[in-house]
Amino acid sequence: MNAVKTGAALSVLLLAACGGEDQTRDVSGADRAYQETLMAALLDAEPGDVIEIPAGLFVIERGLSLTVDDVTIRGAGMDETVLSFAEQRQGAEGLLVSGADNFTLENLAIEDTIGDAVKVTDGDNVTIRGVRVEWTNGPSTENGAYGLYPVQSTDVLVEDSVVIGASDAGIYVGQSDRIVVRNNRVEYNVAGIEIENSNHADVYGNVATNNTGGILVFNMPNLPRPGSGTRVYDNDVFENNTGNFGHEGTPVASVPAGTGIIINSNDAVEIFGNRLADNRTGHVIISSLFTAGFSELGVSEDFDPWPEAIHVHSNSYEGGGNNPDGLELQALKLAVAGPLGAFPNVIWDGWVDPEKTVDGELPAELRICAPGEAVLNMDGPNDYADPRIVTLDCTLEPLPEVELDR
Amino acid sequence: MIARLALAAAAGLALAACRGETAPPEPVFHAGEMPAALESWGQVAVSGGRLVLGEGVTAYDLNTALFSDYALKLRTVWIPEGAGPAAYDAREAFAFPVGTVITKTFYYPAGEGGFDEVVRTREAMLHFDGSALDLSGVRLIETRVLVHRESGWDAAAYVWDEAQRSARLSRTGDFIDLTLVDASGAREAFSYLVPNVNQCANCHETDTAEGGIRPIGPKARHLNRDFDYAGTRANQLERWRELGLLEGGPAADEAPSNLAWNGEMPLPAMVEPAARGYLDVNCAHCHSRTGPADTSGLFLEPWEPVGPNLGLCKPPIAAGRGTGGRLYSIVPGDAHASILVHRMESDRADIMMPELGRALADTEGVALVAAWIDQMAGGCG
Repeated sequence: MNAVKTGAALSVLLLAACGGEDQTRDVSGADRAYQETLMAALLDAEPGDVIEIPAGLFVIERGLSLTVDDVTIRGAGMDETVLSFAEQRQGAEGLLVSGADNFTLENLAIEDTIGDAVKVTDGDNVTIRGVRVEWTNGPSTENGAYGLYPVQSTDVLVEDSVVIGASDAGIYVGQSDRIVVRNNRVEYNVAGIEIENSNHADVYGNVATNNTGGILVFNMPNLPRPGSGTRVYDNDVFENNTGNFGHEGTPVASVPAGTGIIINSNDAVEIFGNRLADNRTGHVIISSLFTAGFSELGVSEDFDPWPEAIHVHSNSYEGGGNNPDGLELQALKLAVAGPLGAFPNVIWDGWVDPEKTVDGELPAELRICAPGEAVLNMDGPNDYADPRIVTLDCTLEPLPEVELDR
Repeated sequence: MIARLALAAAAGLALAACRGETAPPEPVFHAGEMPAALESWGQVAVSGGRLVLGEGVTAYDLNTALFSDYALKLRTVWIPEGAGPAAYDAREAFAFPVGTVITKTFYYPAGEGGFDEVVRTREAMLHFDGSALDLSGVRLIETRVLVHRESGWDAAAYVWDEAQRSARLSRTGDFIDLTLVDASGAREAFSYLVPNVNQCANCHETDTAEGGIRPIGPKARHLNRDFDYAGTRANQLERWRELGLLEGGPAADEAPSNLAWNGEMPLPAMVEPAARGYLDVNCAHCHSRTGPADTSGLFLEPWEPVGPNLGLCKPPIAAGRGTGGRLYSIVPGDAHASILVHRMESDRADIMMPELGRALADTEGVALVAAWIDQMAGGCG
């Protein structure tokens, strides 16, 4: 009976949120006392504990933190248990989990944090399942940066979750190893899903729509580890046409609206079996650090800016590429496809490491391959002087599956 | 047996206190639980209108201190009899033996407008005479305790009561609403944050691979300065060696030393060392190659070479709104275009750096770091 009542109350709230433009969820009637209980439970947690949070709408005013191994935080469902940070006064995250192995977060919602919603650092065996993160006023530059943010962790699973409204990336896995991101829905974020400076990632079964860019695989300079070995497959990536509302200076701020899947400076990425539709700039973009517009003075000498061993194959494409973001891309489209035409399904900025080429070509195992697709080579190295449609008819060995034992 | 002795000693003290005597408290190492009352540690105690140090407890100060909303800090260290001295380290915090207790009492000079009004000053250790803090003009806020146990270091915060007589353990932390009054009479209300136990780790877990927390302040370069001990002025490293708190390491004039800085803008030639010292003590416990902020690739320890990892022309990694629309951590010659300065200036939870431990910007610290950046030649092209 109680659960039914709470559910009904929540759906009224949700309706109210949809009705009012730019309105954050009303928390005036929410439970304010429970936060002390939850904070104490996190501080007193011991390995093996399951911290169950009941159904309800709870106001949390200070960032939550956990540092203990083998703890599960579990709600009654992503629409039933809602932690609202709409009145947060302190903390750069909603929930910060640091140095805690075997951590599980499941079946709850975290809303309207000032900064990142959930950050998990230095964890081994991190599971985030059935979690909804949402900025309830819709996409806004004022929203927090990351939704679900595991970093410097190993054996990371993010599944069955929903992230809406992040001003940077909805699901962002950084500097980690062995990652599975599957069956999530990411909507109205600047970047839907981002894998950055990470190794061995499988991203599949996700729906990415209405973001600025759907799925990103990036390497950033000056970090301890470069990333490689990501498979992006069997995802629905459509209508990622929301105007970029990222903060200038952030890596995602340079992603053009209408981007389906983009690889920047990362290596060994396989993109296959995805369904891409109506991404207005381009479905798959392959680019180097040079296109991101950073200062060369600010890049560590050992950084490898060139994307290599990229394999794009067996995807389905529909529409898109017909109305790219920004004047420069508009002009480029006009030049290569005419006023009524569209960019090809794959766009490549054209940068190749001159030190690795043999007779003008990369060795077979480092090539960019998109068999059967027309590819736009933007001719970045020559200041975009001769953009042209090319074919990259090669194939690469399939990347291995990421196996987590759960 | 030892516990029984400690209890007996504590009981004796309590009796002494009832008779109005002023024997210094007897320090106690609690090897397991965190006691509920600060007094149980015997490191500092209120006696005769003064906060006095326990027997064998040594006060110390740092060359440049971490900024915490202009709070003044009385720092102490105590090593139990027989536990032996801490081992010198040229870079990291000294290796203190099990049993060591370090405390930091946060306080402000009291304002004239009531209990919650406090005075803004940067005069370190004001009202401390080398052995005790005169409480007549002071608002005590909290005392943080770091204790080295067999299992590693533990931390706790104790919040002082309104009577300013005792402090109670605060595990979940607290907000204390205060008003800061400056010399011109300008008032600024803010919420002082007492951290919870986990938040202690946000700063003190300086090696995320090893885990656990450890002290940040007691490093050679922070301690290497003179200090006014009751009656004598001496270099802290030398004094600690005399007292049996420290062993090893070079003579003070050979040991590393950050510039002592307390808010004044230094001469141009000293701006760089002062700014690097400021970033060291305020930022580098996280922004190091082992600390929690190693995810950012911004490393601010004093030995980091000038280059991208020190922030020069470095694009941010996960700054979100923290960029303030700026492109690089440090734009040489242009503090205003530098993310670093933006994050120091801000008091918004998702922008400000450090992420914890302040609700106010450090105006003088921002000016110092900005002056350093403005002094640099170049730009990012």
